[in-house]
Amino acid sequence: MLNYAARRIGLSLLIVVLAVSLLFGMIHMIPGDPASVLLGPRATPELRAELNQRMGLDQPVMVQLGRFLLNALRGDLGEDVFSNRPVTTIVLEQLPYTVILVLLAIGCAALIGIPLGCYSAIRRNSWLDRVTAVMSVSFIAVPSFIIALYALLILSVKLRWFPAMGAGETGNLPDQLRHLVLPTFALGLGWVGYISRLVRSSMLEVIEEQHVRTARAFGLPEWVVIRDYALRIAILPTVTVIGLGIGMTLSSALFTEIVFSRPGIGKLLHESVMTRNYPVVMGTVLITTIFFVVATLLSDLVNAWLDPRLRSESR
Amino acid sequence: MGHTLRRLRSDRLGFLGLIIVSTIVLVTILANVLAPYDPVDIDVDARLLSPSSDHLLGTDQLGRDILSRVLVGSQVALKVSLIAISVSLTLGLLLGMLAGFGPRWLDRVLVVGFDTVRSFPTIMFALAVVSLIGPSLNTVIGVVILTSIPIYGRIVRTQTLATRDRDFIKAEQAMDASTGRILFRHVLPNIAAPLLILASMDVPVVVGMEAGLSFLGLGVSPPTPSWGSILNDGYSFIRNSPWPIIAGGIPLIVVTLGFTFLGEALRDILDPKLRRSGRRAS
Amino acid sequence: MSNVLQINDLSVSYRTEQGHARALRHVHLSVPRGEIVGIVGESGCGKSTLTSAIIRLLAPNARIDGGTIDFQGRDLLALDEREIRDLRGAALAMVFQDPMTSLNPVLTIGRQMSDIQFRESVRRSEKRDRAIAMLQRVGIPEPERRIREYPHQLSGGMKQRVAIAMALMMKPALLIADEPTTALDATLEVQIIHQLKELQSEFRCSILFISHHLGVIAELCDRVVVMYAGEVVESGTVRDIFHRPQHPYTRRLLECDPARISKRTRRLPIIPGGLPDPINLPTGCIFRERCDVAIDVCASRWPALSGCTENDDEHRAACHLPAGES
Repeated sequence: MLNYAARRIGLSLLIVVLAVSLLFGMIHMIPGDPASVLLGPRATPELRAELNQRMGLDQPVMVQLGRFLLNALRGDLGEDVFSNRPVTTIVLEQLPYTVILVLLAIGCAALIGIPLGCYSAIRRNSWLDRVTAVMSVSFIAVPSFIIALYALLILSVKLRWFPAMGAGETGNLPDQLRHLVLPTFALGLGWVGYISRLVRSSMLEVIEEQHVRTARAFGLPEWVVIRDYALRIAILPTVTVIGLGIGMTLSSALFTEIVFSRPGIGKLLHESVMTRNYPVVMGTVLITTIFFVVATLLSDLVNAWLDPRLRSESR
Repeated sequence: MGHTLRRLRSDRLGFLGLIIVSTIVLVTILANVLAPYDPVDIDVDARLLSPSSDHLLGTDQLGRDILSRVLVGSQVALKVSLIAISVSLTLGLLLGMLAGFGPRWLDRVLVVGFDTVRSFPTIMFALAVVSLIGPSLNTVIGVVILTSIPIYGRIVRTQTLATRDRDFIKAEQAMDASTGRILFRHVLPNIAAPLLILASMDVPVVVGMEAGLSFLGLGVSPPTPSWGSILNDGYSFIRNSPWPIIAGGIPLIVVTLGFTFLGEALRDILDPKLRRSGRRAS
Repeated sequence: MSNVLQINDLSVSYRTEQGHARALRHVHLSVPRGEIVGIVGESGCGKSTLTSAIIRLLAPNARIDGGTIDFQGRDLLALDEREIRDLRGAALAMVFQDPMTSLNPVLTIGRQMSDIQFRESVRRSEKRDRAIAMLQRVGIPEPERRIREYPHQLSGGMKQRVAIAMALMMKPALLIADEPTTALDATLEVQIIHQLKELQSEFRCSILFISHHLGVIAELCDRVVVMYAGEVVESGTVRDIFHRPQHPYTRRLLECDPARISKRTRRLPIIPGGLPDPINLPTGCIFRERCDVAIDVCASRWPALSGCTENDDEHRAACHLPAGES
């Protein structure tokens, strides 16, 4: 188990380093000296000289990359071009909003999708099964930002049931929850479809397996058979899929945040891209990559915890 | 082919998908003819109108006819899909075959590459790239291609590996058949159907990505109409008129549903033959 | 009633795309109390359908065409779902063929062995202790450790012992063992068989033992039932079947058993021909097409088991030829 985890962590670190290096490399491929690129059109010669000096931009690329990574290890990701606030602080301020949204969306989707998929498998071809199947495909197909826009239009602008913008007053939990409803809905709908389909097909396979037959042959009550001998195993691919889909969810979260003007990583990235605030762009990408990698890793570990077969060194 | 078409007709959703897809393709090709107005014609007196007999879908904030913009916008979507999918399919095919047939280390590297790109938050990557290079449709196409390659590469690799280990391939290799010939004759025919299905399921993703990036202002440059940019305009004026958003969203929904239904039906028809697991009655 | 299990005239068929597959036809079988009855037959003879029918876990497309299955005086086919479930894993227990797949891979052995004790209202620790005692009884070393392990950490032989432990733990009146040693190697097979014999005499349960391995049947069973293509073709005591086989199929089966071949030979004997199609059955005797002593009447009249009386000690065969002539 330890061996497995170590390998995964190592691979994850590698991915983070690669992603950042890639971006770094791209900055240096652009025509013009890096200082101008980083500072954008506002660069005066003095500012440029200062930046050059501070960030050592006149040094070879590899050295710069090394410095950047070393600084990153210490938590220093540079400063915002406009406000001079440390990038790390800016990003970490916004990160929790995104994390909460993503976790809530996936969590709700799982809470709805798993029972739905389970029921669809047990009552195959029933009315509910067929309706769920069509809806699932539809929710997965349509891009989530469209769902977000329509939700905004209908439920917020027209019907005024939910607020349209922001995250709500800090400290006021009910208000914040109200602000979370629509974004969570928009982000989670696609997942409900995905999860219910996956659980359904998993269950259909597992139910045919021999150990389920054994459980029934011992007279175990049907709900125990379904819960402990079928669903327990059918759920495993779902966890894997959620782990793999975190990246996709982050992308969708970005759109959701923009549509609903919610604070978060997505909105931050979008703004800083528009204003060419490169240190913030780099910092955001780095921290998001780390988050994404950690999330994938966690999902792998959860998987190993749920399925003992993945854990041990083979006997 | 005929057999597939016949089976498609019995799958109601799949058939619906086929009709939708055909209609869309037709409309896209004929868009310029069908559009009642020039999509970039500004008319400040007719801003943000609701649908009427003059403007079937209303007008946007610059008085432009939304229906015309939607029709012409389909061309952007189609163009991006065609280019992006054909290029990424080809590159994915090449890389996949390389991974399957080449040396182990190359395979390992490519697999890690595929998995990383595939699970990485695409939009984030797109945004970062755009921030450096500047927004344009070509940038969007480029990013879409890069992020789509692993989808095709993976499946080609699996098929290539499976074929490589078959005995008759070893026999041919012993007879000095060139690798290219082997790949061509044995891997390609088996891969055609899955790739077709994948491409069909990829269209909604690509269209969605282009629309999303245009929605963020990073795709087409104004005044070119794209469904995403129509939505972007509509978003700014959402409280004044819901029609740009309604009109901009519908084609996206229709396209994504249509291609997905079609792709799913195709997969049900072409794939389960490989996975038929009958229960023995003994 | 001295028979713990009495199957009368049981017929089961399956609805398939190609047609109606008649998997079991007019099966008569009895298991006397405290005895071990073996069912021997090749693949496709209907053994699995038979065991599935007894515990009523047939596939959805299966249909009972007729007959009764009397277990301790009650017809299992007439019971409702709840009643049959009460019997499963209690009075009626089963051990399956493939140990690799019969246990739940994500639950510990201990958990699974506690689960099947769900009818007992004792504390969890008590259930655990019973499980440990039972594992010890079937010859598993270090049972306290095994309790906490997962199935994939155990070898095939050990898993099968666990399966036997689970089945016998509930002190069933009838244990159905569906080819329990087929998936194991020969040495293990011998051990398990010996274990079963011991356990049977200790627990005093009846066993219905299915196998296609003649040596094991001879070693373990008191009575034998020979099945071919969905029918019972012969039944009797072990001595009857092995020393005085009446049915041509039984004879050929014994001849073909590699363990019994005394002469050195380069070619193993086989029975020429193949199994009949359960959808398109031939008229008359089911074995006719492969039989070397078939006569005219074999093609037109179906041979019922001769001597079908209540006296189950009789040696019966489903053949038109008088005893001793085939």
